[in-house]
Amino acid sequence: MSSTFDTVANIIAETCDDISRDSIKPESHAINDLGIDSLDFLDIAFAIDKAFGIKLPIERWTQEVNDGKATTEQYFVLKNLCARIDDLVAARSA
Amino acid sequence: MRLEYFQLIDRILAVSLEDRTIRTEATVPTESTIFQGHFPGMPLMPGVLLLEAMAQTAGWLVIALMKFERMPFFIGANGVKLRRFVMPGERLAGEASLVHDGSGFAVTKARLAGDGKPVCEAEIRFRTVPFPNEEFRAHVEAWARQLAFPLEVPRHG
Repeated sequence: MSSTFDTVANIIAETCDDISRDSIKPESHAINDLGIDSLDFLDIAFAIDKAFGIKLPIERWTQEVNDGKATTEQYFVLKNLCARIDDLVAARSA
Repeated sequence: MRLEYFQLIDRILAVSLEDRTIRTEATVPTESTIFQGHFPGMPLMPGVLLLEAMAQTAGWLVIALMKFERMPFFIGANGVKLRRFVMPGERLAGEASLVHDGSGFAVTKARLAGDGKPVCEAEIRFRTVPFPNEEFRAHVEAWARQLAFPLEVPRHG
């Protein structure tokens, strides 16, 4: 059974033709390091939602970043994103 | 259809909030300046406008599901298939369903048929945002009434 990170990394590599699977690390920042733009991130979010049966709260996260209540690292560094995904999966199962 | 005004839907026949589906209808005009160029001597409904007709069908579904609080903007399409020519005067039936309600985006599937036979289909994606101003929302609400939107249309404007 693949880890959350493996699933997310595979989704990113499949969605973004210019990002190789090998370049995607847990420490990678989706925007700053991988250069994923907002449109591609919606495709990735759709694939993550489907794969994990959740709804990533992207709008809330974006608002928190815009309001200075959170940093992009909290949500868009992949290891942190994967932790959020695990939390959402756990909350759905609870 | 009023092609020059980008109104690709004539009427909204049914909306099901429970099933997350919509049905529309539209008739391709017999005359339009568009047919002067597409094509001289062989007028055809442009495929990009068939895609737009599907997007408008699916877009009205998203507006309905979001209770006229948010506006869908077309951001992408996958699996577009244009199965046959569509001629001036042809009557089309539109259908769309919601595939996924994401955070700030929606994914739909839409199709058009003519005379009971498939014309085109696509997965259509939208970014959804709150209406940027009340004037725009009032316009969309008025437009919904013109299309005989079958559910209650809010009156924000």
